[in-house]
Amino acid sequence: MQAKSTTLKILDIASILLLAAATYLALIYAPEELVMGQVQRVFYFHVATAWTALLGFVAAGLAGIIYLVTKNPKWDIVEVAAVEISLVFFFITIVLGSIWARPIWNTWWTWDPRLTTAAVTELIYVAYFMLREGIEDPDRRARFGAVYTIIGSLSAPITFFAIRLFRTIHPVVIGSGDSSAQGTFDMTSKMLVAFMFALFTFSVIFIDLFWNRIRMGRLAVKVEQLKLSILQ
Amino acid sequence: MFIQDTPPDTSAYMIAGYAFFFVLMIIYLVSLYVRSRNLNEDLTVLESMKEQIPVMEGKVQAGKSEPDKPIRGRTPSPGRRTTKAKASKSNRVKKKTTKKK
Repeated sequence: MQAKSTTLKILDIASILLLAAATYLALIYAPEELVMGQVQRVFYFHVATAWTALLGFVAAGLAGIIYLVTKNPKWDIVEVAAVEISLVFFFITIVLGSIWARPIWNTWWTWDPRLTTAAVTELIYVAYFMLREGIEDPDRRARFGAVYTIIGSLSAPITFFAIRLFRTIHPVVIGSGDSSAQGTFDMTSKMLVAFMFALFTFSVIFIDLFWNRIRMGRLAVKVEQLKLSILQ
Repeated sequence: MFIQDTPPDTSAYMIAGYAFFFVLMIIYLVSLYVRSRNLNEDLTVLESMKEQIPVMEGKVQAGKSEPDKPIRGRTPSPGRRTTKAKASKSNRVKKKTTKKK
């Protein structure tokens, strides 16, 4: 395996430092919300992980389209990397949301349109890896995966717009949401700084993890090819 | 109307949320590291295997060009047949039987 490039090393360190700063801003710098209390601080990482995860799912769909057009296996590696990291981030989003909902909605989970679409999106991409594991031929696996991510990526905008299109209790912090939403709040300038910084931090972390995962994907392909050449 | 003086104590949920986030991120990072390390080890083993294959193939070819070795290390006496000689005789017998048929 090739040694890490200097840019990637810098990005690794920057991600750690940014995460530390984002945690400080979310936990200490941002003021406490008066109605919800300390649990509102979960919101900064909840939204940031959701945003990057949904973008990652769309990016995976785009990589799938490019793979089908070019048939270049590197786009399959990109697609898998995007899905894997987005899956982890989106799982964090769902669990953080559930933890926030317990004291605010008085329940861990409810079949609200946003929560339902989010759960469906997560399960779609869990199934993506199950599908890939079931196919041995690399070309066929990549082709099926590409088609799957293209269709699966439609769930990302549906999840994003669910709180703007349907009647829901999930709050909309940016923009206007449904009047029945519970847990809405007005952001102060300090809250906005913490929120924007978290969005930026998670975008950088996503890029860093994405790059590292692509390197690992290339290595896996190399090992697979070497195994085949030895067996022949 | 009820006026809330102090915010409710929901700090335990906040701690649980951030703890979950950091634990999951650490687990994912460790999994990335372990998978990369395993792949690197596989790569090293496979590369060494690939280097050994031409050497082994060369040995096999060299083994084919060598003259017939005596069975169990004994020196071949004029009366003792080697495996190759045995095989050639059995071939001749087979040919004779087919001719008869």
